[in-house]
Amino acid sequence: MDQTPSWLVEELERRGVSRRDFLGFCGVMSTALALPTSAGAKIADAIERKEKPTLVWLEFQDCAGNTESFLRAGRPTVADIVLDTLSVDYHETIMAAAGHRAEEALAGVVADKPGGYIAVVEGSIPTGANGAYCTIGGRAAIDIAREVCGNALATIAIGTCAAFGGLPAAAPNPTGALSVADAVPGVKNLINLPACPANADNLVAVIVYYLTFNRLPPLDAYKRPLFAYGKTIHDNCERRAHYDAGQYVENWGDDGHRTGYCLYKMGCKGPVSYQNCPNVGWNEGTNWPIGCGHGCIGCAEPDFWDQMTPFYSHLAGVPGFGLHSKVDRVGIWATAGVAAAFAAHGLVQLGKRSFRERTYVKAAAPERPAAEEKGDQA
Amino acid sequence: MTHVVVDPVTRIEGHLRIEAEVDDGAVQNAWSSSTMFRGVELILKGRDPRDAWAFTQRICGVCTTVHAITSIRAVENAIGAEPPPNARLLRNLIMASQMVQDHVVHFYHLHALDWVDIVSALSADPASTASLAQSISDWPLSSATYFGAVKERLQHFVEGGQLGPFGNAYWGHSAYRLPPEANLMAVAHYLEALDWQREFIKIHAILGGKNPHLQSFLVGGMATPVDPDQQASINMTSISAMRKLIGEAKKFVEKVYIPDLLAVASFYKDWAGYGAGVGNYLVYGEYPETDEADPPLFLPSGIIRQRDLGNIEPLDQAKINEYVTHSWFEYGDGDDQGLHPFEGETRPTYTGPQPPYDRLDTDGKYSWLKSPRYDDQPMEVGPLSRMLVAYASGNPRVQELVNYALGQLGVGPEALFSTLGRVAARGLETLVLAEKLDGWLDELADNMGRGDLRIHDNSKWEPSSWPKDCTGAGFHEAPRGALGHWVHIVDGEIANYQCVVPSTWNAGPRDAMGQRGPYEEALIANPVADPEQPIEILRTVHSFDPCMACGVHVLDPAGRELVKVRVQ
Repeated sequence: MDQTPSWLVEELERRGVSRRDFLGFCGVMSTALALPTSAGAKIADAIERKEKPTLVWLEFQDCAGNTESFLRAGRPTVADIVLDTLSVDYHETIMAAAGHRAEEALAGVVADKPGGYIAVVEGSIPTGANGAYCTIGGRAAIDIAREVCGNALATIAIGTCAAFGGLPAAAPNPTGALSVADAVPGVKNLINLPACPANADNLVAVIVYYLTFNRLPPLDAYKRPLFAYGKTIHDNCERRAHYDAGQYVENWGDDGHRTGYCLYKMGCKGPVSYQNCPNVGWNEGTNWPIGCGHGCIGCAEPDFWDQMTPFYSHLAGVPGFGLHSKVDRVGIWATAGVAAAFAAHGLVQLGKRSFRERTYVKAAAPERPAAEEKGDQA
Repeated sequence: MTHVVVDPVTRIEGHLRIEAEVDDGAVQNAWSSSTMFRGVELILKGRDPRDAWAFTQRICGVCTTVHAITSIRAVENAIGAEPPPNARLLRNLIMASQMVQDHVVHFYHLHALDWVDIVSALSADPASTASLAQSISDWPLSSATYFGAVKERLQHFVEGGQLGPFGNAYWGHSAYRLPPEANLMAVAHYLEALDWQREFIKIHAILGGKNPHLQSFLVGGMATPVDPDQQASINMTSISAMRKLIGEAKKFVEKVYIPDLLAVASFYKDWAGYGAGVGNYLVYGEYPETDEADPPLFLPSGIIRQRDLGNIEPLDQAKINEYVTHSWFEYGDGDDQGLHPFEGETRPTYTGPQPPYDRLDTDGKYSWLKSPRYDDQPMEVGPLSRMLVAYASGNPRVQELVNYALGQLGVGPEALFSTLGRVAARGLETLVLAEKLDGWLDELADNMGRGDLRIHDNSKWEPSSWPKDCTGAGFHEAPRGALGHWVHIVDGEIANYQCVVPSTWNAGPRDAMGQRGPYEEALIANPVADPEQPIEILRTVHSFDPCMACGVHVLDPAGRELVKVRVQ
């Protein structure tokens, strides 16, 4: 820790950020990552020694929602990341260069730093119309993805579209949209950061984790970091006590809704959705969807546009029981490679209403939630 | 004749390609192409109409509220739901704060680098920069020390040799005309605006749980409870927090954005002579002021033809139709007719070159956008259209601000019909709306104080309460212009869904009559000093604030064939 100060420390000092503040930041990050206190020092050490790593950000069938989410990053801020922490050499939405000069920048990274840059992918990748559903500089998205992600040190699929196919892949998947895992066979060091969009805090945490430990964080079966997707929304929900007490919102705007009762009956998918929204919140912890009175829509789960809809029908049966097996079965499609994904899309083709028929309420038994019965008895 | 291709057009949302023929230092002809397609409207078929807002919201993550709002309006129109007054106020607050945030981000982060040379800022004198800044605004961050620190940070960044998103650009191009001090001031404000947008948009987290993709929309109202006596509702804590955010937003727009806009514009007055475009303007109107069936709108609707501000025509949505003559779609009865959205049919037939390609077939079909027309004429939509219609309709604040800006720049009203006019209109609209936010917040607090806590029309929530077969339309003024959704509901499910979107109006290709779309027309006679560095093309295209993911259209049964082929 007593090495000659690196560019980062100089940079911070010139900007009035003391070494003490910097170590404080690293301590906060280690807390956010649920690491032991000593990890704060390791983070500081790791960041100080590194050159600015190169990052390229590709956008395919996207809405730029993850880019906008990145712009909301506040700890550290997007300016700190783009100017001081990383070298973001390609990002269509923010870069100054356009046209062939922009494409040269991307080609330069792939040629000069093979295996030495981080690729971030936002949006799904279409295979229909021979790639013509998404071209950039006249090239098909899938060709760009295979070249850029295929040569990357690690790839972060940000948002549910890149991670699992997302909205474009919802039934009937008109453009043959695929996730990064399915579109780039054998992609190395893939991390999925699903959610619609992904939370900026989780993206920042993954980057710092990787820089610190020089390895990927532990992932779940869908390649999601456990530190952000290890528990259900329901596990940590601020309204959990009302659920346990059988106190539910019955109508939008009723007494229970204003009091903050559980949104289970209004369709909340928190019990089957894995993400850290209740812990970290959104927009630097300002709020989160359940906090503002609307149920969770399960946006970080595979195929949520088909599996979690209709959004306002409540989960059936004892929440969590029998449902997880369903989720797991669906999830296998998303992670078992191209062949399985194609099979899954084949299933999607079975019928126009398949997304409905496969929803929880239609699939599982009792309409009356067990917890409500418990409430009635109380 | 040089054929110039700009693909990707960066600093926009989505995927846009411009091809242009350049001769004698100016654009002679131009083609606008959208190169990405998802088929959101087909995905909606058969689903619960109450879910549609969440699907359409994902059309765009930049204007992250606009398709959600338009969708719930279309479904409410179809099923006869009547949102209570608090829902109107919550929506107005959400829509207008979206507009304010989005416009500022466009000016500083998507558009500024067309006018501001970052490298030139390195030779600025911080003391002179401070004098310049203090001469145009009393914004407190304007000392020589402050600008010196910004310059030093920039210097350090450039000397590091890793230019990141600022690499490979057109720095030093002869079209950059700001003195170094103005460039340094703009760079400082580029960074300040990054912080500002992150703070201000917390108003959306209060009202919608998060941004991007707020999650509080409901058919029939809003999901955000209001109650001054509850912790889990919009209460006086949240009202106060929003009041503070609104106050700071207004200050930033008044003291930074508008002065910067006028300062930069004063060096580029010749751009009032370029980028005029089609000269027809369409506005649906926005911000209902009351809860009647046909409420007065703060920004009025109307049609302007051929720049005639003396004659604002009422808008008749029956006159809207769409052409696919030059789009990668086909119509059953031939591609030379226009179809109204309620009759809209869309069969994708990609006939363009196979990727990778160098040139599009611009004589044939060349875009994933259709060509919307009003009364068979191309129309520009967006801030300029809205400010022109409001100005000509007699909105006093809009008239005052437009006249002030024209006076400051020493130009006449004809300067509005231009690239520069478009940029200026966006800034003025931002101020007009930032000033409106407090009033709606007051009204909301008033209602809460009187005990009116209604946020939702529960009577139309259950599909059993809906007509068996119904159609509805929803309209909205998004940051980029007039947005419409049309929905057909049968037995509680979506039978058909159509969107006609701002960037489709503006960025669409030629129609059956060969009339260019607004981007294409605006590029004609645009200067291009160096075809290898077509920064002037970016200026005019960016002045529209392209949002391409929004513009892309539906897919019908033929689309499924493509997937089947892939699955086999």
